[in-house]
Amino acid sequence: MPTPTDAAGIDTEAAASSSPPDTPVIEFVDVEKSFGSNVVLKDLNFQVAQGERVTLIGPSGSGKTTILRLVMTLEELTGGYIYIDGEPLTHENRDGKRVPVSKKEQKKLRTRIGMVFQQFNLFPNMTVLENIIEAPIHVLGQTKKDAIAKAHSLLDQVGLPDKADAHPSSLSGGQQQRVAIARALAMDPEILLLDEVTSALDPEVVDDVLNILRQVADTTNVTMLIVTHEMGFARDVSHKVMMFDGGHVVEEGPPDKIFTNPEQERTRKFLSAVLGH
Amino acid sequence: MKTRIHAAEIDDPSMVDEEEIRQSPFWDWDFAFDAFPDIFMAFVEVTLLVTVIGSLVAAVLGLVIAILIMVLPKPLAWVVRWVANFIRMTPIVVQLIFVFWAFVWMDALTIGIIVFGVHYATYMSEVYRAGIESVPKGQWEATTALSMSAGRIWRKVVIPQALRSTVPSLGNYAISMFKDTPFLLVIGVAEMVTVAGERGAPVFRTTEVYTIAGLLFLAASYPTAVLINRLEKRLAYAH
Repeated sequence: MPTPTDAAGIDTEAAASSSPPDTPVIEFVDVEKSFGSNVVLKDLNFQVAQGERVTLIGPSGSGKTTILRLVMTLEELTGGYIYIDGEPLTHENRDGKRVPVSKKEQKKLRTRIGMVFQQFNLFPNMTVLENIIEAPIHVLGQTKKDAIAKAHSLLDQVGLPDKADAHPSSLSGGQQQRVAIARALAMDPEILLLDEVTSALDPEVVDDVLNILRQVADTTNVTMLIVTHEMGFARDVSHKVMMFDGGHVVEEGPPDKIFTNPEQERTRKFLSAVLGH
Repeated sequence: MKTRIHAAEIDDPSMVDEEEIRQSPFWDWDFAFDAFPDIFMAFVEVTLLVTVIGSLVAAVLGLVIAILIMVLPKPLAWVVRWVANFIRMTPIVVQLIFVFWAFVWMDALTIGIIVFGVHYATYMSEVYRAGIESVPKGQWEATTALSMSAGRIWRKVVIPQALRSTVPSLGNYAISMFKDTPFLLVIGVAEMVTVAGERGAPVFRTTEVYTIAGLLFLAASYPTAVLINRLEKRLAYAH
């Protein structure tokens, strides 16, 4: 059920993303990931363009979250290459040899990537404000004054203007997740990774969080890689949906097509199970 | 600082009639009041001093050991771990004697402080290690997602959260150290219990001096334990 405004939003995004030279923001080349003998991803190739919002769907254990964690360098890549803005994130290909990139280079690339976690992962020993300004000041080198001003405007944006001095433990799950979103956005990420951000929330606050993310999608040009079970949200915000199963891409396409007229039987089965019809 | 206090200076034992002493009451208040200042001074100048400085050394060094074991390359971490294990698993009395004779030119009190500090650092490092391991994986992942530097990660995220659960155990080790201070007698440091003995021996009275020493231990240990308990609760509420 795409509304006219959504469609318009996607069109402008698409137009904007085609103008810069087409180096993909994220590129997976022959990516392989195994945990011991358990192969989670194999021969995975895909690209995400500037400003594109891609949702990964599929049954649990299909490797969606692993993809996000690989981009955030939370998991070690066991094969292949990941490029961010054309630069190798973990290993580079030197005449067919996989050579690890320096920690320094990796860190530089990593500052362009932000992530929001299922379990929020706010720092409980810091106030909300301290959580948000820590990295902008000490990683990006912003002045304290600028970082605080930005933090306050982000807190406004996520609907928590009066919680700057609160400790995370005094906030509800939904509020904590909104702070986590503000914390990720404070770094001005080029890429935002959303890992099942509503899965740990009470049903009644899920929409609050999703609406904030819809607004972020509408008002910024941040590239998003999303793992979610909220199919309505996936449909609203994404330009592309990728269906995973067993570490492979089963099918990919625009949300309208995937959700209303999928080509693969596997996708159809998954969607009917998730959507309950 | 005086390292030896001669109780015998006050009373000359040869002048005392032994019969009279044995017939004197079980508890002699005059003698107790007489002996108290010496015992108390030894308590402050040696026992408390060694405990306070020794605990600080142990708390800082213990944290350093715990972090080194986690961040050093494997072979080096292994060496640090086994040196720490060795110190932890050998008796403190033996360590005191060994270091005293290995470094004869050093002041015995300084040796006492260093040995107590290092010995208890190896215990405290285990407490810190458990505290650090109790910091959820998601916290580390958040620091990666924010590209925080190793220094900021340890100082601002991991150590503050690890400390919360370690305070009671660290405090208990400090109290243990306090109660181990009488071992200092093996290297000739006149801490409180030694002084108490020296004060009582010439007049063949032991009840008063050792009771005073015991009460002084209690007077310091108990409030410390209560303080640690309070601190623990406060830290728990803060999160």
